Amino acid sequence: MLRHPLCMKGAAAMDWLLDIQGLEKSFPGVKALKGVSLQVKEGEVHALMGENGAGKSTLIKVLTGIYQKDAGTIRFDGESIDVGSPIEANRKGISTIYQELNLSPFQTVYENLFLGREPRTKVGSIDRKKMAAEARQILDDLEVHIDVTRPLGQYSTAIQQMVAVARAISTNTKLVIMDEPTSSLDAKEVKVLFGVIRKLKDQGISVIFISHKLDEIFEICERLTILKDGQYVGVYDIKDLDQLKLISLMVGRETGKRERKKTGYNFEKAKELMRTENICQGMRLNGIGMTIKEGEVVGLAGLLGSGRSELAQVLFGANQPDQGKVFWYGRPVRIRKPSDAIIRGIGFCTEDRKEEGIIPHLSVKENITIALLPKLNKLGFVKTKEQDEIVSSYIDKLRIKTPSAEQPIVNLSGGNQQKVLLARWMCMEPKLIIMDEPTRGIDVGAKAEIEQLIQEFSKAGISVLMISSEIAELVRNCDRILVLRDGKKKGELTGADINQDKIMETIAHGSEHKEA
Amino acid sequence: MEKMNGLQIIKKYSSVTLLLVLVLLNAMFTPSFFNLNNLNNIITQICPVILCGMGMTLVISTGGIDISVGSVMALAGVLTARLMPQIGLYPAVSCALFAAVLVGGLVGFMVGKLRLQAMVVTLGLMLAVRGAAQVLCDGRDIYFNKLGKVGEQLALWGTYKIGGVVPVQIIPIILVVSVIWIIAEKTVLGHQIQAVGDNYKSSALAGINTARTMIIVYCMSAFFAGLAGIFQAAKIAVAAGSSLGQLAELDAIAAVVIGGTPMSGGKARVIGTVIGALIMQMITLTCVMNDIPSQYAQVLKAIILIFAVFIQREKRK
Repeated sequence: MLRHPLCMKGAAAMDWLLDIQGLEKSFPGVKALKGVSLQVKEGEVHALMGENGAGKSTLIKVLTGIYQKDAGTIRFDGESIDVGSPIEANRKGISTIYQELNLSPFQTVYENLFLGREPRTKVGSIDRKKMAAEARQILDDLEVHIDVTRPLGQYSTAIQQMVAVARAISTNTKLVIMDEPTSSLDAKEVKVLFGVIRKLKDQGISVIFISHKLDEIFEICERLTILKDGQYVGVYDIKDLDQLKLISLMVGRETGKRERKKTGYNFEKAKELMRTENICQGMRLNGIGMTIKEGEVVGLAGLLGSGRSELAQVLFGANQPDQGKVFWYGRPVRIRKPSDAIIRGIGFCTEDRKEEGIIPHLSVKENITIALLPKLNKLGFVKTKEQDEIVSSYIDKLRIKTPSAEQPIVNLSGGNQQKVLLARWMCMEPKLIIMDEPTRGIDVGAKAEIEQLIQEFSKAGISVLMISSEIAELVRNCDRILVLRDGKKKGELTGADINQDKIMETIAHGSEHKEA
Repeated sequence: MEKMNGLQIIKKYSSVTLLLVLVLLNAMFTPSFFNLNNLNNIITQICPVILCGMGMTLVISTGGIDISVGSVMALAGVLTARLMPQIGLYPAVSCALFAAVLVGGLVGFMVGKLRLQAMVVTLGLMLAVRGAAQVLCDGRDIYFNKLGKVGEQLALWGTYKIGGVVPVQIIPIILVVSVIWIIAEKTVLGHQIQAVGDNYKSSALAGINTARTMIIVYCMSAFFAGLAGIFQAAKIAVAAGSSLGQLAELDAIAAVVIGGTPMSGGKARVIGTVIGALIMQMITLTCVMNDIPSQYAQVLKAIILIFAVFIQREKRK
C-alpha cells in the first residue's frame, strides 16, 4: 500500500486509517464494550461482525460521538480523536448510515442530501440550484436516477437508503460506516450498492460494513473484526474463513451446517386452517389465493414490493383488502381489525419491530402480556400472579436474555426483543403466527434459535406463515413456499422443489401452474 | 439491581426533593406556616388542580392533552347551579357530570376514532364549552345564597370541615387520586392506556382497541374536571360561566409535567402529579405569606415547569 509521508513520524499505528484500542463503555447495569480493538486500513471494506448484543452498535456510536467512551484510545487519520457529536465526527471525515434512516421525509431529495451543510449564494441565501444540480450529479454517479426535487418520503425505502449513502459519500469523507445497509434492499439494489462501495474503495475511502447476511460479507469485505458479548474476538482475513467457521467464531460454538429439517411430511390430509380467494388491494395485491393447513409452515417468497408484507397485513386485519374472501376452518370470515384476528388465534410479528412491534418503555413483562391482558382481566384488574407466572415461563422457554421481567424492552438486543414479541403471541395459544422477516437485524445465534422455535410451533400444531427475503431461511424452514411477484402468486413449491434455485427460477419466470 | 448515576437519581426524585426543599424553606423563614388554617388553605385551593390533574395525567400518558378542562369545570358548575333549584342537589350534580362526560366522549371520539390532534380538538372545545357555560348562566354569576336551601347545601361542599377541622375537599382528593392510581397501576385499562401512549401502532397491532381507550380516557378527564368545577363553585358559593375554572387547564398540565409524566406519553405518574400540584401551591403560598408580589410566583413556577421538561428530555430518547 501507499506509504503516507506522515508515517515517517515512526509510529506503526500510522498504517491504519482508524485504530481503536482497548475501548470500554458501560451503561447502567451492562458493560457493553470490554476492551475492544478495531483497525481499518485505507480503502478497505472491513466487516464488523457479532451477534446482537456483541457491542457493534455501541462501538459505532462511540466512534461517531453519540456515546462517550469510558476508556481506550481512538486514532483516526493519524491523530487521536475523541468526538463529542455526530457532526464533529462528520467534520473529521467519518460518515454513518444507520439502520434506521434519519432523513427527513418531507424535504426534497436534494435538501436531504445537503441537510445541515447547504451551499450558499453570494448574498447568503440557500443555493437551491446548485444543491439540485450537485445532488443529481451525485445520484447519477450511483446510477440512481430519480427526480431530486421531489420529497424523499415519496420514494421507496431502498431509494431513501441510496440517498443516505449518497449523502454520506458526498461529504469529504474518509470512512463510511454502514450499519445493515442492505436490510431493506432487493438483490438488484444490493448490486448497485456494492458497485458504489467498490467505487469508494478505488478512491481510497474505507468502509466499515455491518451486515448479518454472510454472503454479502464474503462478497464485498476483505477483512473482518469479530466481537462477542462486548469482547474482542479477533480480526481475520476473509479468505482464511468459510461461512461455517465465521458463524462458529461469532456464536462461540461450533454450529453444524443447518439443513432443512423436515422432508416429505404429508400435509395433504391435514385440516385446512385458513384459505383466501382472490385477495386484491390497490396495486399491491392482485388476486391472491392461498391455503394454510394446521401445523404447516408456509413461506412467502418474493422480492421487495412483491406483496408479501401487504398480504400478511390483510390476513391480520391491519389493512383492508379491496376484494377477496378469507375462510377460517372453511367458514367465510371478515377480519376488519387486528382484534378480530387475535380472537381467532392469529398472531403477527411485524417486520418493523421498532415502530410496530415493541412498546419501547414498557417492561418485558408488559410487552409479553399486552395482547393477553383481556384474558388476565378480573373485574378490570390484572391478575398479576398469573401474569408473572406466564411471563417467567416464557422468558425461560424462549431463553430471553434480560436482567429482569421489569426491564424496559427497549434496553434488550434485537434478537431478545423479537423473542419477547414471539412470546406475546405464544402465550395467546395461537393457531397461526404470521412472521414478517422474523430474523431481520438479528444475529446468527438468535436466528438459529428463532428458526428452532418455528419448528417447535409446527410440531405443536401451530401454523406459521413466514415471510423472509433470505431464501435460504425459507428453504430451511418451510413445508410449502408460495412465490409472489407483483402482487400475484407465481407458483407454489413443495417437497423436493423447495430449494434456492427453484425458488429464484420461479420468481424470475413463474411456474407451469401459475395461471391458476 | 441497577446502579444509577447522580443525574438519574436527581431525575427520579427531583419533584419530591423540590417539595421538601420548599417545605423546609417555609418552615425556616415563613412565620406561622404550619398554622392549621394555612394547611387547610392548601387543601381547599389545591382541590381543582388535583382533580383536573388526575384526568390530565391519564390523557397525557396516552400522548394527548386536554385543554378543555377549565371550560368543562365552568359548564359543570353552572349546570349544577341552574338545575338544582328545580330538580334538587344530587340530580343536578349527576346531570352536570353527565354533560361533562358527553364533552369528554366527543373529544375522545375525535381524537381516538378520527385521529385528530388532541391539542386542536380540545382547544376548539375549550372555546365552545366556555361559551355554552356563559349562555347557560345568561352571562350573569349565579350566587348560591340566592338559591335558597339547595344553595346552602351545595355551599357546604366547599366550606364544611370534617370534625370541624379538615376541609371537606380532602374527600374528593383522596378518592380521585386513589381511583386514578389504581387504574394506572393495577388495571388492564391502565396498562392499555400507557401502551397506547408509548407506541400507538404496536398497541393497535396487539389488538388493543385504541379508539375505545382514548374515549374512556377523555371521558374520565372531563368527569373529574366536572367534579372539580362543582367543588370549586361550592367553595366560593358562586357559579360564574366566564371565570369558573379559568386557566385551570394550565395548572393541571403544569402539575402533570412537574410530576414527571412525559408529554410524549407512555407513563402515568399519578403520585407525581399530586406532588407537582403541591409544589405549585407551595410557591404561591410562600410568595403570598412573605409579601412577595404574585407575579414573582408565576415566574418561579415557569422556571420550575421548564426545568421539569428539561429533566425529562433525556429520559425519553
